[in-house]
Amino acid sequence: MNSDELPKEWSSEESINIYKKMLMIREFETRITKDAGKIKSPLVHPYTGEEAIAVGACAAINEEDYITSTHRGHGHFIAKDGDVNLLMAEIYGKEGGICKGRGGSMHVADFSKNMLGANGIVGAGPPLALGVALASKMRNEGKVVLTFFGDGASNQGMLHESMNLAATWKLPVIFILENNKYGWSTPAQTATAVEDLSLRAQGYGIKGVIVDGNDVIEVYKSTKEAVDLARKGGGSTLIECKTFRWQGQTTTDADKYRSNEEKEEWKKRCPIEIYKKRLIRGEIIDQTMIKEIEEKTLEQVELSVKFSKKSKKPDTGTVLDDIYKNPIDIGGN
Amino acid sequence: MTTETIKMKGSDAIKLAIEEEMERDESVFIMGEDIGQYGGAFSVTAGLLERFGPERVRDTPISENAILGCAVGAAMAGMRPIAEVMFADFLCVCMEMIVNQAAKARYMYGGQVNVPVTIRVPFGTGIMGAAQHSQSFESWFMHVPGLKIVLPSDASDFKGLMKTAIRDNDPVMFFEHKRTYYYTNEVPLDKEFMIPFGQARKFTEGDDVTIVATGAMVQESIIAANKLKEENIQCEVIDPRTLVPLDKKTILGSIEKTGKLVIVDEGCKTCSVSAEIAALVAEEGFQYLKRNIVRINTPDVPIPYAPNLEREIIPSAKLIQNQVKNLI
Ligand SMILES: Cc1ncc(C[n+]2csc(CCOP(=O)(O)OP(=O)(O)O)c2C)c(N)n1
Repeated sequence: MNSDELPKEWSSEESINIYKKMLMIREFETRITKDAGKIKSPLVHPYTGEEAIAVGACAAINEEDYITSTHRGHGHFIAKDGDVNLLMAEIYGKEGGICKGRGGSMHVADFSKNMLGANGIVGAGPPLALGVALASKMRNEGKVVLTFFGDGASNQGMLHESMNLAATWKLPVIFILENNKYGWSTPAQTATAVEDLSLRAQGYGIKGVIVDGNDVIEVYKSTKEAVDLARKGGGSTLIECKTFRWQGQTTTDADKYRSNEEKEEWKKRCPIEIYKKRLIRGEIIDQTMIKEIEEKTLEQVELSVKFSKKSKKPDTGTVLDDIYKNPIDIGGN
Repeated sequence: MTTETIKMKGSDAIKLAIEEEMERDESVFIMGEDIGQYGGAFSVTAGLLERFGPERVRDTPISENAILGCAVGAAMAGMRPIAEVMFADFLCVCMEMIVNQAAKARYMYGGQVNVPVTIRVPFGTGIMGAAQHSQSFESWFMHVPGLKIVLPSDASDFKGLMKTAIRDNDPVMFFEHKRTYYYTNEVPLDKEFMIPFGQARKFTEGDDVTIVATGAMVQESIIAANKLKEENIQCEVIDPRTLVPLDKKTILGSIEKTGKLVIVDEGCKTCSVSAEIAALVAEEGFQYLKRNIVRINTPDVPIPYAPNLEREIIPSAKLIQNQVKNLI
């Protein structure tokens, strides 16, 4: 695959949008890391370094298509066109957040965009994706589901059951495995006896592919192929994206379990830099535009922080609301 | 035997107990996610890998079913495994191995096999963990015959009860409230310091009101009791320490004296620990009661992320204090 070439179907505007989104994820995560002390939750997982996966994969689907996410969900949220203000305010625990401050970082979701939610339970997204895909299939809607999960999650029983069912029922689900080499502190090679987790696809009877997860075009192309297959009723694909998370497990993790050499080595393969160079070579953008985009991105992030700080804390009187669609008497203290 | 004690925090007391038992008995080993080099999500097991090596301090894949199955199987084969479930919430992923296997093996196989497994479970609110990292599930497991349920509230109890749990020949669920990891008190260094199951602990004595509390709610209740004392209301704060077996005698004995019962429990109210204790007292201690039983729980709501919302629903010393005053 020559991913040096931009996909023919991408207009200049689309190509630039891809860049903007990746940069937005990067700057967003940088900012919440800086604000970790103010945000206070120790369970905020930055996506830094993995931007190409969410953005590349989501570029291959339409607005009506669905995604399920993970505990590390900000990138997926932004890639599926979620509003950055609402995302930031949620992480800040404010009423103006996308889940009204009830969910926080690990549960950001935007159902208006068919982003079906980050998830605190490692491996819980893919089983849900089955049902979403089944609903689409039963109603002949032609919609597909991308379900993101990590190398760590791949060792959950839930993944085995999901891939088997998706394969057997030919469900329009695409399994996007973000292999960033670690599940929290645990190296993938100490948690599985094979290096390429996509090998598993064979055992289920679906297609398994490996892509460079730091190459947004490669991720896009593989996902596009899988999506086309799924829409035609050809069933599921497992796409293993090899990548690396730049930051600790969370914004507050000391990250002593990975060597500096390893981190530096991966930083040389920055997904944003790689793509930016292509855009420059393809004469899609120039230095002036780059600067403009960078400034605009930073400004938007800054605005989202302002928005969050201005947003009120949730009203404690509403804490028992929203449990049921048809409310029942909860009682309380 | 030594009578020496040392001040330490809850998480260190758990580690000390595990360390001593691993040293004493080769068949004791521990496994879980990120417990080795990383030292565990709450640093409970930090240093154990260096001390005992990777054979006995085992980092696992993120596979709760496999962790629990492996621990239960090893126990059936005569080992004394300790399995860590990183957050209580993840118990949902591995219920099968606990409820249908560990709890039932001995009985359903006609007493042929023992299952001496200890299942360590950090739980509860206090870290902005939201709906899937904050729950209190201890009452669920009280409903499963065959399990023993331990829920200590401070460091010395952590040590004494953990040692008993490891040496016990049945499956023990060992619940560790995250907030109590940081509470410090004097912990006996005696390597035979063991607290028997089924013995409640009285933190304060009093004739006016009995307060039964568990986990982090014990501290809240003690704070409330101390405040109430200033107003000349004497409370007896009782921590059952083990929910199965439950020390009915101490609870009923106290109510016989006070005639009033307040139960404080962080779990959601319906079918909670407090519900079980209230039912017990209604059944066996009705004649002692001079007032209705008061239960202070988290309402039946998923735990919200925003700290002000979380505070709103979790029982606090202030709320306990007010409820006791209302009762009197
Ligand atoms: C069922 C379950 N087990 C364990 C955890 C704790 N935990 C949260 S993230 C994580 C590591 C996940 O690794 P991976 O799936 O590779 O995703 P990554 O964090 O690398 O994006 C663990 C162990 C959890 N949230 N849910």
